[in-house]
Amino acid sequence: MKTIYLDNNATTQVAPEVLDAMLPYLREQYGNPSSAYSFGGQVARKIRKAREQVAALIGAMPEEIIFTSCGSESDSSAVRSALATETGRRHIVTSRVEHPAIKALCSHLSNKGYLVTEIPVDGKGVLDMERYRESLTPDTAIASIMWANNETGVIFPVEEAARMAKERGILFHSDAVQITGKMPYDMSKSSIDMLSVSGHKLHAPKGIGILYVRKGTKFSPFLIGGHQEKGRRGGTENTASIIGLGKACELALRNMDTENREVKSLRDRLESELLKRIPNSHVNGDISNRLPNTSNISFESIEGESILLMMDELGICASSGSACTSGSLQPSHVLRAMGVPFTMAHGSVRFSLSIYNNEEEIDFVIDKMPPIIEKLRALSPYWKPDGKACASGE
Amino acid sequence: MWEYSDKVKEHFLNPRNAGDMEDANAVGEVGSMACGDALKLCLKVDEEGKIADASFQTFGCASAIASASALTEMLKGKTVKEAEKITNQDIADYLGGLPKEKMHCSVLGRQALEQALANYKGEPVKEQEGEIVCECFGVTDLEIERAIRENNLSTVEEVTNYTKAGGGCENCHDTIRNIIATVRAEEKPAVKPRLSNIKKIKMIEETLEREIRPSLKHDGGDIELIDVIGNRVLVSPRRACATCRASQQTLKHLVEAKLREFVSPELVVEEVSS
Repeated sequence: MKTIYLDNNATTQVAPEVLDAMLPYLREQYGNPSSAYSFGGQVARKIRKAREQVAALIGAMPEEIIFTSCGSESDSSAVRSALATETGRRHIVTSRVEHPAIKALCSHLSNKGYLVTEIPVDGKGVLDMERYRESLTPDTAIASIMWANNETGVIFPVEEAARMAKERGILFHSDAVQITGKMPYDMSKSSIDMLSVSGHKLHAPKGIGILYVRKGTKFSPFLIGGHQEKGRRGGTENTASIIGLGKACELALRNMDTENREVKSLRDRLESELLKRIPNSHVNGDISNRLPNTSNISFESIEGESILLMMDELGICASSGSACTSGSLQPSHVLRAMGVPFTMAHGSVRFSLSIYNNEEEIDFVIDKMPPIIEKLRALSPYWKPDGKACASGE
Repeated sequence: MWEYSDKVKEHFLNPRNAGDMEDANAVGEVGSMACGDALKLCLKVDEEGKIADASFQTFGCASAIASASALTEMLKGKTVKEAEKITNQDIADYLGGLPKEKMHCSVLGRQALEQALANYKGEPVKEQEGEIVCECFGVTDLEIERAIRENNLSTVEEVTNYTKAGGGCENCHDTIRNIIATVRAEEKPAVKPRLSNIKKIKMIEETLEREIRPSLKHDGGDIELIDVIGNRVLVSPRRACATCRASQQTLKHLVEAKLREFVSPELVVEEVSS
């Protein structure tokens, strides 16, 4: 059975060019970049090049890039660094819909005595900027707001948020894991101080990420060890993955246009056809300001895990914000923060596309989804055959 | 991704007896949209008290659908008396087991069955008995107590897996812990014969192995039983525990508490150097 992979916000296929770039450094070129001899030095040169490739994608200077093990490490490093360097300040501002890498970290810090303010979003997942502005105080050490939401794809006005923080002398961090490679941005014209990127969301392998730290920003390392990354992140470099990430960034720069035209058009067709063919289905999130590859659709009166398992039988991969798929008993915190009613939240499916998807695959999904939804609705006590969901369920 | 048995998958993909039943004479409806799963069970009981037909409608995940499908298969042909004896564990067993986080799906089945049978006998719809402990999922103390007794549960996590209680805001975890302690305490006296010394030492050694060493070893520690004199249990900390400043606390709060719980409430743990 062919796999139709529409879960690219979870992880992506390693680009063949990326794998090719990496393989020599897993085979014969295994030298340590810190070694004195040229067998190691040649690897160091490749890492330097990768750093330039990453910097080029996001408009940064190479020395502003720190290689880490993942987006979560970058997030933790940024927030903890701010708390360490902004001595005396004990307040963190973040949003209610962050990825667990920030959300769980903040709740951990809150248990340790830090004050955390979570900025709410409205029904479309749009951040309440008024509340954000009011929350910034002289005690705020850092504001950390994601650039694009992983579940809905909704893009936040982080540049504006960063400027507000800067005016008040507050550090600003953004989890840019979902937006990087999908939409262009330029750190040389930005007010953002720190930024997290994850390799495996843009066709590099898992286990590699970056933390951007603006030149001149005080930084306190999270992982202390050797002199690697100029002492800002100890530990022998993940050489092959760094080189792979460099290549992936080069490709992303080249494919950005495709992403925003072709991937977006596939996404739009998938979304509009599903909405047309399946009654009582709705898009979650602000469709006017969204990542080009993401569509989060709720199918009323049924539950997401059931939908995903039926899709799985046909080889279609996607995600759901339902309670059962998350391993917790409550639906996704993002949909709850948006006030999506339970009739909808449990039955949400997130489709996230990439440049490796094609029209044929989208046609297949458009064709196969309606009978799946119909079958599950026929089983549901909340679904009434006249096409109206039972209101008592809410 | 959940690891479902083949039978769960099969019942999910080909549910038996799905749909509403117009002429049902026993109907049970449990769960809600907010909770993430709901089940409507319809039965047709004939004049001899036999279940002639059964059907279900489920809103929920694969295992909720499979549990309901399995339940209807189990019920058909049974008498009301036989049906009354079906437990949630029977439903899970029929399906070749459920992931532990999904046991509440089988509990939902049993609850719907109970309601349907009460409905058949003309008993009024039971008001929710007991007091709500878990506000998020509307679970009462009596439901939690029952799940603890029937399934021999001992941790909050297990209670959540079976009843959902405590799976939301987690504010009720302390209350659930207290209910577990109360239920456990009730059950103790009945199974407490007088201990011979040999038996006592054996039980202490078993309790150390089963309840205590796994968590000590998790932190790189261990404990050795040196001797038992009357109710004095002499132990010696080993490995990481031997140098750990918190080992006194561990002895009192973990070792002594567990030995009192599982062996005898009179035991006193003392540390000796060997």
